[in-house]
Amino acid sequence: MLKVDNLHVSVAGKAVLKGLTLEVNAGEVHAIMGPNGSGKSTLSYVLAGRPGYEVTAGTVRYDGQDLLALAPEERARAGVFLGFQYPVEIPGVNNVYLLKAAMNAARKHRGLPEVDAFEFLTLVKDKMKLMQMDEAFLSRGVNEGFSGGEKKRNEILQMLVLEPKLALLDETDSGLDIDALKIVARGVNTLRSPERAVVLVTHYQRLLDHIVPDRVHVLAKGRIVRSGDRSLALELEKRGYDWLTQDAA
Amino acid sequence: MTDTAELETLVGRSYQHGFVTDIESDSLPPGLDESTVRAISLKKREPQFLLDWRLAAFRHWQTMTPPKWAHVHYPPIDFQEISYYSAPKAPANAPKSLDEVDPKLLATYAKLGVPLHERARLAGVAVDAVFDSVSVATTFKDRLEKAGVIFCSFSDAVQKHPELIERYLGTVVPPADNYYACLNSAVYSDGSFVYIPEGVRCPMELSTYFRINAAKTGQFERTLIIAAPGSHVSYLEGCTAPMRDENQLHAAVVELIAEDDAQIKYSTVQNWYPGDENGIGGIYNFVTKRGECRGRNSKISWTQVETGSAITWKYPSCVLKGENSIGEFYSVATVNNYQQADTGTKMIHVGANTRSTIVSKGISAGKGSNSYRGLVKILPTAHGARNFTQCDSLLMGSQCAAHTFPYVEVKNGSATVEHEASTSRISEDQLFYCLQRGISQEDAVNMIVSGFCKSVFKELPMEFAVEAQALLAVSLEGAVG
Repeated sequence: MLKVDNLHVSVAGKAVLKGLTLEVNAGEVHAIMGPNGSGKSTLSYVLAGRPGYEVTAGTVRYDGQDLLALAPEERARAGVFLGFQYPVEIPGVNNVYLLKAAMNAARKHRGLPEVDAFEFLTLVKDKMKLMQMDEAFLSRGVNEGFSGGEKKRNEILQMLVLEPKLALLDETDSGLDIDALKIVARGVNTLRSPERAVVLVTHYQRLLDHIVPDRVHVLAKGRIVRSGDRSLALELEKRGYDWLTQDAA
Repeated sequence: MTDTAELETLVGRSYQHGFVTDIESDSLPPGLDESTVRAISLKKREPQFLLDWRLAAFRHWQTMTPPKWAHVHYPPIDFQEISYYSAPKAPANAPKSLDEVDPKLLATYAKLGVPLHERARLAGVAVDAVFDSVSVATTFKDRLEKAGVIFCSFSDAVQKHPELIERYLGTVVPPADNYYACLNSAVYSDGSFVYIPEGVRCPMELSTYFRINAAKTGQFERTLIIAAPGSHVSYLEGCTAPMRDENQLHAAVVELIAEDDAQIKYSTVQNWYPGDENGIGGIYNFVTKRGECRGRNSKISWTQVETGSAITWKYPSCVLKGENSIGEFYSVATVNNYQQADTGTKMIHVGANTRSTIVSKGISAGKGSNSYRGLVKILPTAHGARNFTQCDSLLMGSQCAAHTFPYVEVKNGSATVEHEASTSRISEDQLFYCLQRGISQEDAVNMIVSGFCKSVFKELPMEFAVEAQALLAVSLEGAVG
């Protein structure tokens, strides 16, 4: 589904990703781990098409097309979802309004009519129950005055409603207490299916206790330096990253 | 990074109300002296007291100089080049029903979306449409008459209710108040008049559409709204003007009077022609709007959405005389291309326990310059007075400007005055967040801007809120890229 080949990315003229290669198949969950500054967030941003991230070499194929040739909104409509590490506040814009606009944009792309208002609300409320969110969230401004944990839950809620093919979750576990972590993990697990793939970017292995990955990759200094199965994450927890990053230097 | 140039190309959508109606008009030749004033008064068959009032204003105006303090720039206006009276020619004076109104005129209203005919009935709006200077069609008179509400053109009111005009005219905005108000007092040609009798809640929203049509015509209308004790009224004003290369002057005066326990809500959606993308043409909108809360527990609320005009210079204000009276001002002002706006409000607290709220949202795009200018004045008599002011500015692109000039004068120690201000840009983060959810850039910008203006939009009557949002989307299209 996603094939990243020898990707080089610069931010403000500084090389951050230096030849990253990664392949994620439909139905798989991959975890990308690594120390601060290794390029984890850059990877999710560049895949989502954030301006300011310059691809200097390499290719990214998604569902058989050149992902990098698509505008950010086109990628989103094609099923790429980014769960932000720091979701931004948009004062005065209702959560439900944004969500509906997002859903209709995707439906329009697929040649479907706009979603029925009643059906939509039923769907959203259903997903909110799963995320243990109060319905009052719907009429609040997007992330406006939300706590860190509420913002993260809201990201997962959006993901559940939009049902992306490829979900990139950037440190979705940071700032969550253990109960919130379980709720978020449950949300992500609900979405797992043979047609979808999830890329989890995380510092900590504790998220992986709840969302069990098929593959674990260690990103250091802009490259994947080690890949393995779930046991790699457990090993990292014991040994830290130093033994791997030294190899990469 | 998002390309600023791209952003700026997004902003430029052309003015959609720029058509000219070809109707023979009955105009005075350009020029201004005492004979002009007399001619207008004569055409309107005015009583002597009004002619005297106009002449006194004109003589005073000649001693005045245009105000220079506003943060706007324009070449001096040649008042001799303006025609001060223009009326569409109708057979045998005024039309008695809509059937007698020139169909072209009605087509103009249709293009503007003015709800006449059945549309009016459906929308429950009574329209006193001012076409250039003369009121051509007034709907729903019957229903209003039954309630005892007087809603008519200013000229009609002069003929039918001269005693009310004589009693109230100029009592809120005296002729000598300022340069443009004084000019208006001398040469105003028509406008709207509303009187809501004691204890009456006006059965519908009252609405007037103003439109400047004839070229080189200044429009000087006058609105006077009187809410007797215990009465309520909501008044809507919408404005558009056709495209012209020359600048046109619009110097209106609006006076509101609220007696004991009376409430007036005055909403404006102003979409005068703003000039083209090079700053050529457009309306100079120099307007004096003021309301007086004369009675106890009275309330006056101004809501304005300003997207048009080359230059806007207006400060809808409240003089809070009655005890416990309330003044409100909710404003969205948008500038794009070379538009300039210097707008805000004055809240003058005179009575005890008077309260005022000011919420101002300024949006600047293109090379536009937007200033909020506000005065909160608490007089020694205003024990326990309270004011809350919030001024937010939103910038789009890198060549626009936003300024805030808040003035506060407090002469009573028991008063509370709060001021909050912010300036922000539509952040790339917000934009990218929306894009990542599949929403187009244009929709994303509209969404963010509407969110920014929400606290003002929710004050507008429903149909107006929809229109305002649409107007905003049009005037800012392409403002962010």
